[in-house]
Amino acid sequence: MPLSEPTSIVERQIDQWRGYLRRRQAIHAVDIAELEDHLREQIAALAEAGLADDEAFLVAVKRMGDLNALSREFAREHAERLWKQLVVVSGEAVESPVRIRTDAIVAFGLAVAAAVAIKAPVFFGMPFDDAGAGFYARNLSLFVLPFLTGYFVWKRRLDVRTLGGLAAAFVAAAVIVNVWPFAPPGKTGGLADTETLTVLHLPIALWLIVGLAYAGGRWRQVAGRMDFIRFTGELVIYYVLIALGGGVLTALTALIFQAIGIDVEPSLSWLIPCGAAGAVVVASWLVEAKQSVVENMAPVLTRLFTPLFAALLVAFLAALVGTGHGIDIARNVLIAFDLVLVVVLGLLLYAISARDPSSPPGLFDVLQVVLVISALLADAVALWAIAARISEFGFTPNRVAALGENVILLVNLLWSAMVYVRFLRGRGSFASLERWQTDYLYVYAGWATLVVVAFPPAFGYI
Amino acid sequence: MDINKDLIAASSTPIVLAILAEGDSYGYAILKRVRELSSGRMTWTDGMLYPVLHRLERQGHVKATWRVADSGRRRKYYRITPAGRDQLVQERRQWQAVDATLRGIWKSLALPDAPAPGIMLPQGT
Repeated sequence: MPLSEPTSIVERQIDQWRGYLRRRQAIHAVDIAELEDHLREQIAALAEAGLADDEAFLVAVKRMGDLNALSREFAREHAERLWKQLVVVSGEAVESPVRIRTDAIVAFGLAVAAAVAIKAPVFFGMPFDDAGAGFYARNLSLFVLPFLTGYFVWKRRLDVRTLGGLAAAFVAAAVIVNVWPFAPPGKTGGLADTETLTVLHLPIALWLIVGLAYAGGRWRQVAGRMDFIRFTGELVIYYVLIALGGGVLTALTALIFQAIGIDVEPSLSWLIPCGAAGAVVVASWLVEAKQSVVENMAPVLTRLFTPLFAALLVAFLAALVGTGHGIDIARNVLIAFDLVLVVVLGLLLYAISARDPSSPPGLFDVLQVVLVISALLADAVALWAIAARISEFGFTPNRVAALGENVILLVNLLWSAMVYVRFLRGRGSFASLERWQTDYLYVYAGWATLVVVAFPPAFGYI
Repeated sequence: MDINKDLIAASSTPIVLAILAEGDSYGYAILKRVRELSSGRMTWTDGMLYPVLHRLERQGHVKATWRVADSGRRRKYYRITPAGRDQLVQERRQWQAVDATLRGIWKSLALPDAPAPGIMLPQGT
């Protein structure tokens, strides 16, 4: 007796099945609709073949497959959906309470270790003041990032060979920045130019090492590197929040101790650096453990600021054309435009990282393209002005570094704009934009390494 | 006969793309076609087809649209893209190479369970 209309019992069963699926983070409503259509057609076909409705339902559900296995497959394909809940790396579905507690203990242990490490050189005769400023500035990332890397090595259960490679990278970095014979601080007390460049670029180069540990075995996959980009954005936000809280705490401490006539200044020289170093590990642990508490802040901020920055850049270009003012080539103009490009790239990256890759192009995508193109135009004008007068300036390490960064960012944004426009016109997939951005991580790290390794000898350590 | 999971997974891309190259289709119909083509020897767990389709969509090999089916329900249809056709050509080359290699070695071996085409061997009781 073929039944064309499923009875209400089957409807209830389907409702229940839908309810089970809804609890899976990796399966979205739109997928459930697709799977339900499949289930209904299967039930209809089985009923046609003579099965009773409830039997047909059971067989259809069985053929659909085990829900755990299915949701794992969906999670693998749609990693960005799980990001809010937990990062799937080792394949375990939910972490046990014991594991979560051990995780917290390890993270805090490493945070304390980083806090101690930053002050340890004091006991070996390196004063924590102006005389030791160069040493601490050069080694800042080496006091903190190995502990952070260690946390991920432990968390991802990386093997000994990987561990050896990561350690070798840190040792090599430590040797290089400490053997370069940088020129001593000038009369004003500032560091040598190449030393300042090393201080600024070493963390960028070493951040890639952290990324290798963070992604574990998934570094080669686009999704693994994309997760690392997400992680970086969330970490910055958490760190700023912790720093704000730390600032309030420090200020209050100073105020109330002042009331009873105790000067806390000496202890602040301990509290602030130790707190700042430990907070990096703590913030990373928070991002890992509490992803669902602050719901992806980076993409929210991106949504907020993309239109504003786009408006700013369009207004700048309009003013440039309207008033006919040339760009005033002051000392820092190149750095200012580098920063503009960094911000635009950041907005682009976090918009990409949070976007559902399969949804069709929308208004926000158009805004994104407007932002990128106007940034490119503004930068092109600045570069043009600088190139025209470069002979006047001569090549100092700062200018070469700033120029190199400008070119790197410009190339990235140019290609991104092209891929993005192709995507908007329905000719390309969003995945190729993701691939481009995640592959480009190597370029940043490579350039930063070059600045650290090659610039000081090339410019005579000035 | 059960085909091992890795083989099923590896062959899913060319099979799905080839079926879509015959014309637009949707999940249930694709599975039905797989059963027909393999005379029931390839059994996929139904749900597992969908992550495969979504991956192909992300890679730009297929394009999905929601349409209203004859049944009145909304249904997600998939269409192969030009990039998907290129991919299919590549997949086909790879599988032909695998197939040719295996054929070469089958010929030089006399395996009991694989009768040469056209020769009927007595089957086990």
